[in-house]
Amino acid sequence: MIVSGKAVLFGDNINTDIIIPSKYLTSLDPNELAKHAMESIDPSFPNRAKEGVIIVAGRNFGCGSSREQAPLALKYAGVNCIIAESFARIFFRNAINIGLPILEAAGTSGEIDEGDVLKIILEEGKIIDETKGRVFSASRLPGFILEIIRDGGLIEHLVKALRSDRS
Amino acid sequence: MNICEKILAASSGTKCVEPGDIIEAKVDVAMINEITGPLAIQTFKKIGLDKVWDNKRIVLVLDHQVPADSVRSAELHKIMRVFAKEQNIPFLCDVGDGGICHQVMVEKGHVMPGYLIVGADSHTCTYGALGAFATGIGSTEMAAVFATGKIWLKVPSTIKINVTGRFGDFVTPKDLILDVIGKIGADGAIYKAIEFTGPAIREMSISGRLTLCNMAVEMGAKTGIIEPDEKAVQYVKERTDGIFRIFRSDPDAKYERTLDFNVDDLEPMVACPHSVDNVKPVKSVENVEINQAFLGSCTNGRLEDLELAARIMRGRRVKKGVRMIVTPASSEVYFHALLNGTLEIFIKSGAIVCNPTCGACFGGHMGLLASGEVCVSSSNRNFIGRMGSPEAEIYLASPATVAASAVTGKITDPRRLLEVGA
Repeated sequence: MIVSGKAVLFGDNINTDIIIPSKYLTSLDPNELAKHAMESIDPSFPNRAKEGVIIVAGRNFGCGSSREQAPLALKYAGVNCIIAESFARIFFRNAINIGLPILEAAGTSGEIDEGDVLKIILEEGKIIDETKGRVFSASRLPGFILEIIRDGGLIEHLVKALRSDRS
Repeated sequence: MNICEKILAASSGTKCVEPGDIIEAKVDVAMINEITGPLAIQTFKKIGLDKVWDNKRIVLVLDHQVPADSVRSAELHKIMRVFAKEQNIPFLCDVGDGGICHQVMVEKGHVMPGYLIVGADSHTCTYGALGAFATGIGSTEMAAVFATGKIWLKVPSTIKINVTGRFGDFVTPKDLILDVIGKIGADGAIYKAIEFTGPAIREMSISGRLTLCNMAVEMGAKTGIIEPDEKAVQYVKERTDGIFRIFRSDPDAKYERTLDFNVDDLEPMVACPHSVDNVKPVKSVENVEINQAFLGSCTNGRLEDLELAARIMRGRRVKKGVRMIVTPASSEVYFHALLNGTLEIFIKSGAIVCNPTCGACFGGHMGLLASGEVCVSSSNRNFIGRMGSPEAEIYLASPATVAASAVTGKITDPRRLLEVGA
């Protein structure tokens, strides 16, 4: 599975209240959530993300609450993949479960610049910075997690499994 | 094995697990609230199953925005009520019959030692105070748990925190956990478990232990846990006649590392804006003027917290220009604080007492902040925008520090305020 997009950079400890503030959580519409993604630190983000971007962040991305609305807002804003030095665990699981590719890659946050064109080969954990002509490696995801992402999320994966059980 | 490993081994039907193992575990109890629940319910319906795996192992709590503060909230509450009815789920804690989910879960006997509990709320780790392995998950994952009763987990490595010494007057478990978070860092325990142990933990009340485990997630931890002792067992037995297993860490159990803390000389601590690990002694920020003091949340909204704050507020007034908001964590806490006169002290001092809810802590309703305002709060997160305006500032502190600051109008070391008439 290959994903690509321009890099959008963020720092350390980007928490879920920043990604989607609690006042918007009364909405169940992911497109509505997407309009407010990152607004408290970067109001232009939803507009910039529309063309399809890859977030490159520092440590502990997605810390804070368990709100799945956070990765949902990013996915529907146009984020194709998130790369970070490290992730908060609930956010990491949530992203996988909604089918949003996510990779832990130490040493990338200082090396990739805003706007760099990135191509990511998920199965190999390979990040290609086409602007700079450099290649970075990320932690590879276990096979069953890759399968969940490839199926489009945990529910799609589960429905597929239930169907094959019945047949 | 340590206690976490033993619970995970038992819940996955194996004899032995090690950190890094990926297991499929059976869930004992699953909890949702009205912020994460409706999305889980919607997602569960997409799977196409008629019934949840076990209607008696699911708890639904309305807490974040109760009573409904808007039509949109009311609609979310409705989704929860309809689902409880459709699925014949007996445990729906509605307005007037509960409070903040984590308080309700322990108070109503849904948490037992040795249980594996998942909740669609990050502070689910609170239940470790009673010797359960409990962790927060998202809505989609919860939908899968509703369908299968199972979840995959990676067995975490464990950090042991050994606590000795005696707390001084007006120095609390909250000050200890803030000190711990300041030292370990907001990402210092990602994917790990934290086991609290030592003589100071054994001395500590269940209320204090709940505060410690509650904030484990603020270091990124998967859970915080304390070996259940007689105090924990008694607390549970007063609330349920369910059968449970006690797990204890073996003497030769393995830990990633052990950290020692002594609370003899611990002083009141505060987490300064905008990060939970930006921790300093209260006395170093005593010149900071405040607009709001918030006493509540799943971290510090229990009876013991309210009583401690009332010891300081008794016979005193909230400083003019400051608003003090008291939000008991549950109906049970509210009731006891009403009966024993604690709430009367708050009201006489000029504080307002709200109904049990997450309220101001979550930035949903009942005490949001305007731009440029400063709040000292007994809650758990001081992120930008957490309690309202992104231009507001939040200082996290103990109930005693919150009360003392409400009285003086500035962040104040509670030890400066001797009790009136004491």
